[in-house]
Amino acid sequence: MLEMQPPIFARSRAGRRGLDLPAAGVPATGGSEGWSGSLAGLLGEVEMRDDPPRLPELAEPEVVRHYTKLSQLNHAVDTGFYPLGSCTMKYNPKVNDELAGLSGFAELHPYQAAEDVQGALQAMWELEQQLLELTGMRRASLQPAAGAHGELVGILMIRAWQRDRGEGHRDTVIVPDSAHGTNLATASMAGYKVVEMPSSERGLIDLGSLSGALSRHQVSALMLTNPNTLGLFEEDILEISRLTHEAGALIYYDGANLNAILGKAKPGEMGMDVVHVNLHKTFSTPHGGGGPGAGPVAVGETLEPYLPGPLVARRADSGGTGGAADIKGSADIKDSADTDGPAEFYFDRERPKSIGRVRGFYGNVGVLVRALAYITSMGGDGLLQAAEDAVLNANYLRARLRDTYEIPYDRLVMHEFVASASRQKLYGVNARDLAKRILDFGMHAPSIYFPLIVPEALMIEPTETENRDTLDAFVEVMRQIDRECRENPELVQTAPHTTPVRRPDEVLAARRPVLRWKPEDDVSG
Amino acid sequence: MRYLSHTEADRRRMLDVIGVDSVDVLFSPIPEGLRATGLDLPAGLSELETRQRLEALAGRNRTYGGASFLGAGSYHHGVPAAVRSLTSRAEFATAYTPYQAEVAQGTLQHIFEFQTALCELTGLGAANASMYDGPSALAEAAFLALRHNHRERILASAGLHPEERQVVETYASGPGFEVSTLDLDETSGRTLSPTASDLEGVGALLVRQPNFYGVIEDLRPLVEAAHEAGALLVVSQYPVSLGLLAPPGQIGADVAVGDVQPFGNARSFGGPSAGYLVCREDLVRQLPGRLVGQTIDADGQISYALTLQAREQHIRRSKATSNICSNQALNALAATIHLALLGPRGLAELGEICVRRAHYLFQQLVEMPGIEPVFAGSFFNEFALRLPRPAAEFTRAMRARGIDPGVELEAVPSKEGRGGDQILVAVTEMNSPEDIGRYLTAARAVLAGEETPDA
Repeated sequence: MLEMQPPIFARSRAGRRGLDLPAAGVPATGGSEGWSGSLAGLLGEVEMRDDPPRLPELAEPEVVRHYTKLSQLNHAVDTGFYPLGSCTMKYNPKVNDELAGLSGFAELHPYQAAEDVQGALQAMWELEQQLLELTGMRRASLQPAAGAHGELVGILMIRAWQRDRGEGHRDTVIVPDSAHGTNLATASMAGYKVVEMPSSERGLIDLGSLSGALSRHQVSALMLTNPNTLGLFEEDILEISRLTHEAGALIYYDGANLNAILGKAKPGEMGMDVVHVNLHKTFSTPHGGGGPGAGPVAVGETLEPYLPGPLVARRADSGGTGGAADIKGSADIKDSADTDGPAEFYFDRERPKSIGRVRGFYGNVGVLVRALAYITSMGGDGLLQAAEDAVLNANYLRARLRDTYEIPYDRLVMHEFVASASRQKLYGVNARDLAKRILDFGMHAPSIYFPLIVPEALMIEPTETENRDTLDAFVEVMRQIDRECRENPELVQTAPHTTPVRRPDEVLAARRPVLRWKPEDDVSG
Repeated sequence: MRYLSHTEADRRRMLDVIGVDSVDVLFSPIPEGLRATGLDLPAGLSELETRQRLEALAGRNRTYGGASFLGAGSYHHGVPAAVRSLTSRAEFATAYTPYQAEVAQGTLQHIFEFQTALCELTGLGAANASMYDGPSALAEAAFLALRHNHRERILASAGLHPEERQVVETYASGPGFEVSTLDLDETSGRTLSPTASDLEGVGALLVRQPNFYGVIEDLRPLVEAAHEAGALLVVSQYPVSLGLLAPPGQIGADVAVGDVQPFGNARSFGGPSAGYLVCREDLVRQLPGRLVGQTIDADGQISYALTLQAREQHIRRSKATSNICSNQALNALAATIHLALLGPRGLAELGEICVRRAHYLFQQLVEMPGIEPVFAGSFFNEFALRLPRPAAEFTRAMRARGIDPGVELEAVPSKEGRGGDQILVAVTEMNSPEDIGRYLTAARAVLAGEETPDA
């Protein structure tokens, strides 16, 4: 029985604790002024905390049961189908978690000497080479912690490049109206104005709109997603690239949807200047209920000097050329006896044009290790098969659902497609209601109301790791819900019915925000 | 491929349903000239081979266990087994952002608990669901302050972590915000009080507690000066110290940030961990990122939902407070669980163990000939030392004796630049009294110029 739990703070009982710590255990020879004296004696004239924080007081079993029960309230990839469009909720291989947890990775401090961390540096270097091969780019930074973080890096690099060539007056970023909200927010965070371009009737970037925007504004960059958020490949991508570059602007490629084209097409060959890759989408690292992810950024020649540093480099005399030429695949793993002389892999900090760091240290290394393990497991052939099956699954669902649901851009798609609840709306049921009803069948809902250009949008991305039985079961659920819309719309309008809670009142949550537990407000008993 | 289910027969039947002859047709929307001809990557490996390869890489790294005395923003604290076990649960680990609240109450509630715990720790009113890390949280906090008071200047204490400072500068470079420096007193190591001209037009004063060199700052004069000038004070704090030292809320600071890595998150070569950002309650609508609120559901049952989303990129698009979307939810969960296990007394005890062991090591080291503290100000569990020989030489000789003795300050490039004879030493509960004893023995031998024993 899945029951909601009181906040852990409400379970607290004074005097309990869930963790024992060792005694300080240092020799008691310091007297009252020394290290074993009073804390005040050690810390000197500093202001101390007046009141202890009201953290929970509980023994370990109580804490474990609380969070175990909380976990059971979640839907997850491991518990059921998760066709959340643009999020690529594929299976997250278990071995990758174990490998990231190896003490040789997990117990490393970021400032250890290079000769002590050759394996970690090699892992990062190899992942960079793999990503370059997959994107067709020249160099990558593994630093960004998420896709949006990568977007910020990309746009700041473009800004720095333009300032360097005396074109700092360019103040506008253009995005298609199908863009993810992060694209617009990124541009404005970097100090740009944002212009949205209407998509064409085919759901693609409209060359006329693009030319118009490029001539009317001082354009710094175009941000695009390919395949786009309708699941469609931008067929005019080479022309888009030509027009944009001729206008003196660069192109940012949002790689959120890279899964569809692994080994099938490369952003570098499309003329893209910078691309981010979501390791927590395309490369199977678990999303953790909202992170950690990782959003490495790969660039072509123009932006290479601007990448955030440090970058991992390999010494030229160690079997590689030190540059990007020998990069495909992987290097030999030397044993630790081999460490005389300068270390093979090192951090290159001599990058005078770099935009600088966007986070501390080097990136979400635990996530990078998982992605390396995934790409190593899959190999070139496996990744190609993954892309093919992802596209096959999306088109299969589209073909099987088109009789029941409106599909505004009903042609071959890549990894996902967007349906609409417009037919069901005639019975008073909207996309949100439909999504909620899907939850009653033990499946997650598609992304809804996105992209904004499709009314009542249901954005469906099955991914390649779902089998045909699951896809067929989803089709049956969607057909049943459609019948319910005609026969008993209230059932759908009031869904979900079987989940741990019904629809939370979001209006109340926003009108009277309760963002923390307080003992005086506690009503959980 | 073991992660893919389809047989060739499945694929055939599915292509028939779609009404195309071959998979190649599915990719026909890609212009012919762009179609790649395969990948120059090695063939896939079995799970066993993958494991062997990654284990070999991990084996090329050296770990020091309790003999690691490195801190500088990444700290060696124990991760309780319960934390690892609970955060490994697939229901937490393999869920996406809680967009469908009815099937994400587990994630939503633990974020609500994280927000609560961070409000309690910092003494401020509103925390978000986490940021990428401490430095990026500081940059976002500076932006929050400038949005609030419509200014464009940031004043940064020279006691910030140099990388934290660099992240603030990178973020500020886009909109062109100015970042200037408030120096340290060279004797005490504490941030100097700003003058009126230092603060002219400044919207955010940024300070670290304890500062990068381990010195405990006196924040009261800074908060007064900042407020007098109409600026907000942002405190970036090592969270273990919050159990003992005055929290930002107590001294009147406006925004608190930092990294919860010390709670339940392995160092992992610098990431992932989670940044925290907590502000005064009246600034909540300026917060970046996700917020979870408690509400009731259609049956009147207490439940949780993402809230105040009008600040966020998916609703406000170009007018959002930040572009942040994915954050570090699972790392925040690790911190929440670790804090629930510690409780208020455990947290204070943890801080006390770190302080006592650090002060013992410090006292013993500065009694050795030629070793001196860089600063005279009091410290928590981290301190900077000046050595009688180059730091690189000292650390190499110590590592040969199995001790990673501290961070060479020259290797963490800062604006001011620190001499090549200085190291920064951190001590935690993971450095046992025996480890500390070995450090002292090794340091005496190294300083006496003894040959390195064969390993």
